[in-house]
Amino acid sequence: MEIIFQTWTWYVSGFLIGMVMLSLVYFGKSFGMSSNLSTLCSMTGIGKRVAFFNFDWQAQRWNLLVVLGAVLGGFVAAHFMSDASNVSINPKTIAQLAQMGIDAPNGKLMPDALFGNAIFESPKMILILIIGGVLIGFGTRYASGCTSGHAISGLSNLQIKSLKAVIGFFIGGLLMSHFLLPLILKL
Amino acid sequence: MNVLKYLFVGFVFGIVLTKSEAVSWYRIYEMFQFQSFHMYGIIMVAVVTGVIGIQIIKRNNIKDSKGLPIEIQEKEPGSARFWIGGIFFGLGWALVGSCPGPIFILIGAGFLPVLLVLFGALLGTFIYGIVKDKLPH
Repeated sequence: MEIIFQTWTWYVSGFLIGMVMLSLVYFGKSFGMSSNLSTLCSMTGIGKRVAFFNFDWQAQRWNLLVVLGAVLGGFVAAHFMSDASNVSINPKTIAQLAQMGIDAPNGKLMPDALFGNAIFESPKMILILIIGGVLIGFGTRYASGCTSGHAISGLSNLQIKSLKAVIGFFIGGLLMSHFLLPLILKL
Repeated sequence: MNVLKYLFVGFVFGIVLTKSEAVSWYRIYEMFQFQSFHMYGIIMVAVVTGVIGIQIIKRNNIKDSKGLPIEIQEKEPGSARFWIGGIFFGLGWALVGSCPGPIFILIGAGFLPVLLVLFGALLGTFIYGIVKDKLPH
C-alpha cells in the first residue's frame, strides 16, 4: 500500500506517461493537451469572428474527455493518495527559494506564496499568474504544441520540429528561472 | 465514441502527473535550476517508451482500435514558430510551473489560483488566434 502514498519514481512515471501517449495513438488519436485550449475557445462560438477558431470542436470531444479524466485524476491523487513526505526537493533549491520569499515545500505540491488562496488579495500575484497563463496559451498555440505534443509525442516520433520546440521551451524556461523570476518576485 | 476509455486514460494521466509531482511548481523550478534529475528522468523515460512503442507500431503496421491504419500526424510546417513559440511557452512554464495538462490537473487537485492561469492560457490562445497571420512561422 506504501506505493499509493509515496512519490512515484521517475522511471515508473515516465513509462506510464509514455503508455498514456501510446494508448491515445492506439485509439487513433494523439496526445496533446494544449489543443484543448483552442477547443475551449472555439466552443464559445468565437469562430464566427476569428477564423482560427472556426473548426468543428465536436470532433475534439474525445480530448476534452481526457482533460476531464485528468481533472478527476488530480482530485483523487491529491485527496486520497498523498502524504506529508511527498514533495521534497534539493536543500539548495529550498535555500534559493527562501531568498526569493517562497516557502519550502514540506510535502506540499505548490508554494503558498504563489498558489495559496491568499494570493487572491494580491493584484501583483494575480497578474503574475494571468501573465504566466497568457505566455503558455500564446506560446503553445504558436509552437503548435506543449510538453505532451512536442516533448513526448513529437520526440517519440523523431520530429526535428519538435526538437526545435523543446529547445525553445528550455531557452525560455532557463531565461525565466535564472534571470526574470528573481526580478519579478522582487517587484 | 467510447467515453470511458478517454476518461480512463486522462484519469491515469492525472494520477501519474500528480504522484510523480510533475505538476509541482517546485519540481519545475528545480528542473530549470539543474538541481534534480527527477523531471529529466521522467521526460527521458517517457520519450524512450514512446520511441520504442511508435517503432513497434510502424514496423508491424499495427492497426488502431477501430482497425484503421495508424497514421501519426506530422506537425505543421515552419521553423520560426517552433523556436519563438517554444520560447514564449518556456517563459510561462518556468514562471507558473505548469504546462497545459497540469493546469487542468491542478484545478482538479483543488488549487483555485490555477484558475487564473487557465484564464490567462485561454486569453493567450485567443490572442494567438487573432494575431496569427501577422506572425512569422
